Amino acid sequence: MKAWPALISGVLFGLGLTLSGMSDPAKVLGFLNITGAWMPDLIFVMGGAVLVTLLVTPLVTAREAPLLASTFSLPGKQLLDRRLVGGAVLFGIGWGLSGYCPGPALVSLLCGYESTVVFCVAMFAGMALEGPINRLFASS
Amino acid sequence: MNAYLIPLTGGVLLGLSAMWLLLSLGRVAGISGIAWGSLAGPERAWRWLFLVGLLGGGLLTHNVIGQPVPAESVAPLWLIAASGLLVGLGTRMGGGCTSGHGVCGLGRRSPRSLVATLTFMTLGVITVFIMQSVMGGAV
Repeated sequence: MKAWPALISGVLFGLGLTLSGMSDPAKVLGFLNITGAWMPDLIFVMGGAVLVTLLVTPLVTAREAPLLASTFSLPGKQLLDRRLVGGAVLFGIGWGLSGYCPGPALVSLLCGYESTVVFCVAMFAGMALEGPINRLFASS
Repeated sequence: MNAYLIPLTGGVLLGLSAMWLLLSLGRVAGISGIAWGSLAGPERAWRWLFLVGLLGGGLLTHNVIGQPVPAESVAPLWLIAASGLLVGLGTRMGGGCTSGHGVCGLGRRSPRSLVATLTFMTLGVITVFIMQSVMGGAV
């Protein structure tokens, strides 16, 4: 599989996150603070992004194959399960504590802030812990 | 109006990024999955290129377009670390984050992504409410 198209995609994503204000944790927390001094900006970020994907995804997936790979690699799972909801609960709490989710945290690494480095190291540690924690619960 | 035009433009760029990755490589632009896969998965090359591009896009915004860098979070580092741990654990367990479930999954009309997105948005709102109201916005 070719890899270079991912570079273009990454640049667009980095531009989108930073231009839109999504990489600013204060704006994210302001957006989530609906009972206080609510900052609605990020509605337009999510709205703009989802509008594009809602309209374009069906056109793309109607193709037999992507342009530069042999098949589409899309999630196959359809059913809801406890892992999906439990994971989203933990993620939502983590997101609300700092205002960082993975993309904004990674793109902010270049700002040179101690907090974004700490966040990213902790995030990868959390990802690495998922396997062992999952096995612990599966065996009990 | 301009205040909403810039976020909207940024959002459209996020959508176009996701659509280009799907059209060219057939992949989902989910950042948590790409980040973890860059270290742990097979086919790491495209993931690394995506992440390099991601940082490059940030550089373009702040160093070429000249938009100021956002201020550093005021939260204490222990809270940032706890937040990162929960985000890492939760996104792996739930199979995605704001981008994979929120941007890409909703576009695919995936019921799993809709449930995940509503769940993490709700928990984000509740968490901020508790931090602001109960803890007095001290952190």
